[in-house]
Amino acid sequence: MSILAATITEAEIYSWLEEVKDPEIPVLSLVDLGVITSVKIVDDSVKVEMTPTFVGCPAMDYMKTEVIEVLTGHGIKNPTVEINFKNAWSSDKITEKGKEALKKFGFAPPPSTREIIHDLDILEHATCPRCNGNHTEMKSPFGPTLCRSLHFCFDCKEAFEQFKPI
Amino acid sequence: MNDLALKELLYKMADDLLILGHRNSEWTGMGPLLEEDIAFSSMAQDKVGQSLALYTMLHQLGEQTPDTVAFTRNANQFHNCVLVELPNQEYDFSLVRHFLFDTADSLRWNILTKSSYEPLAQLAGKIKGELRYHTLHANTWVKQLGSATEESISRLQKSINIVMPYALGIFEESPYETHIIDKGIFEGEKVLMEKWQAKVTEVISQTQLHLPDWKILTPVLGGRKGKHSEHLQPMLEEMSEVFRIDPTAEW
Repeated sequence: MSILAATITEAEIYSWLEEVKDPEIPVLSLVDLGVITSVKIVDDSVKVEMTPTFVGCPAMDYMKTEVIEVLTGHGIKNPTVEINFKNAWSSDKITEKGKEALKKFGFAPPPSTREIIHDLDILEHATCPRCNGNHTEMKSPFGPTLCRSLHFCFDCKEAFEQFKPI
Repeated sequence: MNDLALKELLYKMADDLLILGHRNSEWTGMGPLLEEDIAFSSMAQDKVGQSLALYTMLHQLGEQTPDTVAFTRNANQFHNCVLVELPNQEYDFSLVRHFLFDTADSLRWNILTKSSYEPLAQLAGKIKGELRYHTLHANTWVKQLGSATEESISRLQKSINIVMPYALGIFEESPYETHIIDKGIFEGEKVLMEKWQAKVTEVISQTQLHLPDWKILTPVLGGRKGKHSEHLQPMLEEMSEVFRIDPTAEW
């Protein structure tokens, strides 16, 4: 066993990574977002695997740099981050804690993708994160970032965004 | 494995996505509605990102870096179909192209989830979910405008008639077609085209639009072999302007 593995655990490293937030949604950590797919202690360093929410996500490089900075800040020498699609992201990877954080921030959390396999109509009636009403309509499947869609609630008359189920 | 065959497949897919992604981005700030402006800009971002993933895969197979292949080749070195390089023209033209191309692209990625080339199958598993939003968007508008007013129906119909021979050029076969199919990398363009025709027919049949008779159309071919319209080179020059001035620039 390496010296490093004798002093820290992978669970501790995950807890450090809770410090790194989605740059667009600063209440949501990368761990809760589900983009960290593997953390391994390799010899005397740490190897992290990440996967993007959307292939074209422009925040990926930023997140990678932040992960390296946090690991370095905790004394890890030469940590590496690999981005791959081995364990591709799906909105089902967002933790319950992450979904709660999204709702508090004003975004409708994504419904389980098991529900949309046969019927994309579920996207039409997202639950409003403000009043919990279902009397809503989708204005556009595309929003301010690739992972969000635009909706309107007829009950509270407010526009809102949903984190897309994918 | 015959690397050339695999690379040819990856290049044509990547080039389609880069070029159409760039065309979509030309709608930024110009969309007929704010939501459409955002939609075409988002699809642009998806497509350019997906092309980067494919160019990265090519780089791992020994090709030049993604920026080099994206920004330094001339038109005759691109393998995209002619359809994606045509100027945007009016919204009806862009919408019909988006519908016909993304229907094919979505089916292509779905087929590729079973590819024997593991990195491609992994990427396909990811991208097919993203494409659902592109086809959802296209189908919604084609169904709506294809049954709305006399003007919207005639505009879409005119664009369908113009775009269709170019759309058939998506399925121009590769010189390595048999190899690609035999090795289980991809089921081939012929299978894809049959699935595409069925899907396009299914959506159009829910509108007042008509499809031309596939059999009497002459597909616009040549794009896969580097033979392009006069529109590609000027677009490439604009797209690569910053890179050509300063390859180390960050933007």
